[in-house]
Amino acid sequence: MTTHYLVLSALLFAIGGVGVLVRRNAIVVFMCVELMLNACNLAFVTFARQNGNLDGQVIAFFVMIVAAAEVVIGLAIIVTIFRTRRSASVDDASLLKH
Amino acid sequence: MGESITFWVLAVVSVAAALGLVFSRRAVYSALMLGVVMLSLAVLYAVQDAPFLAAVQIIVYTGAVMMLFLFVLMLVGVDSSDSLVETIRGQRFWAIVAGLGFAALLAFGIGNVVLTAPKGLTAATKAGNVPSLAELIFTRHVFAFEVTSALLITAALGAMVLAHRERTEAKPTQKDLSRQRFVAFGRTGKNPASLPGPGTYARHNAIDMPALLPDGTVSPLSVNRVLARHEAEEGTLPPEIAEVLRQDELDREAERHSTPTPAEEAASGPDTEPVDTEPIHGEPIHTEPSAEAGPGEEPADAEEALTPGRAGRPASEEDGK
Repeated sequence: MTTHYLVLSALLFAIGGVGVLVRRNAIVVFMCVELMLNACNLAFVTFARQNGNLDGQVIAFFVMIVAAAEVVIGLAIIVTIFRTRRSASVDDASLLKH
Repeated sequence: MGESITFWVLAVVSVAAALGLVFSRRAVYSALMLGVVMLSLAVLYAVQDAPFLAAVQIIVYTGAVMMLFLFVLMLVGVDSSDSLVETIRGQRFWAIVAGLGFAALLAFGIGNVVLTAPKGLTAATKAGNVPSLAELIFTRHVFAFEVTSALLITAALGAMVLAHRERTEAKPTQKDLSRQRFVAFGRTGKNPASLPGPGTYARHNAIDMPALLPDGTVSPLSVNRVLARHEAEEGTLPPEIAEVLRQDELDREAERHSTPTPAEEAASGPDTEPVDTEPIHGEPIHTEPSAEAGPGEEPADAEEALTPGRAGRPASEEDGK
């Protein structure tokens, strides 16, 4: 059963990676990054059960905290870029200044 | 047995939702698909002896993070869909190839590993899942935990700094706005008062009843454009109002072609009032440039157009609409 969970996690991670490469809307790119983080968490939880060791769950917990902080900052940056450029496309943000 | 049923159902659902997240054109659909993935992962955590993480996943991810995503999505324009034009040639194709290759690499690598049966967490969580986790977090990982609080505070501060916008000029007071209106009035004859309200009649008193001018015609300024558009779509717009609106549109068009040069417009200063820029004319066809018209004749017209229509009118006049 562990293998199944790990393969699912790998699939979700790869789908998220394709999304990051393919999509242009910065918010959707961000959602794909969240998907990849979630896939990693699934792998952590699976390994915790496989090895009978709670550390995996602790790491997943910390990943969730960092992801929450990252979402806050990332979305604030997206809103700031949107204000100066009126666009949420990653193609338009080619310069760091406005 | 129960676990494998749960797994297969949720695996199919979550992979489908993840594909939907990547390939749906509308960003809101992507957000909802992400919510589905997060919820199914929460159930998978619960199945795998991680009830605390399942709860945190639902509270933090589906509760807080998804709401934040949706909020920003609504702020940043829901209707913005991705353009399909590739800026890098072949990017999409090679991205999908890379994704498939990566997935195959990982999946086959994992599939080749021979794993013993999972040890399970019963031995590690004798005191229960949450107390055991708490013990680990507050003893061995206590430093990381403390640093996390610094991270969260920094993130909150950063969000405030990034989202804050300094006002570079003072907010115009009511006095300033009034002064601007009268400057515009002196320059272009633009009516400085508020727009006429809808007509109030003996038998009708609604926002879609236009105000009447002294000669019994409809004042185009009192017609609600949104309602008129809806009524025109439904075909219930009275022909009289349609005629007036059409005439008004023509006037405005003529106005636009004979409007002052950009320099003159710039000189008239910022115009914060969203009312129609067109002065009211007695005659429907009156294509004189308004800048030259001056306050001499226009104000009389403007005033004339404003006064009627507010008070009740005889029912005989109102029958016309």
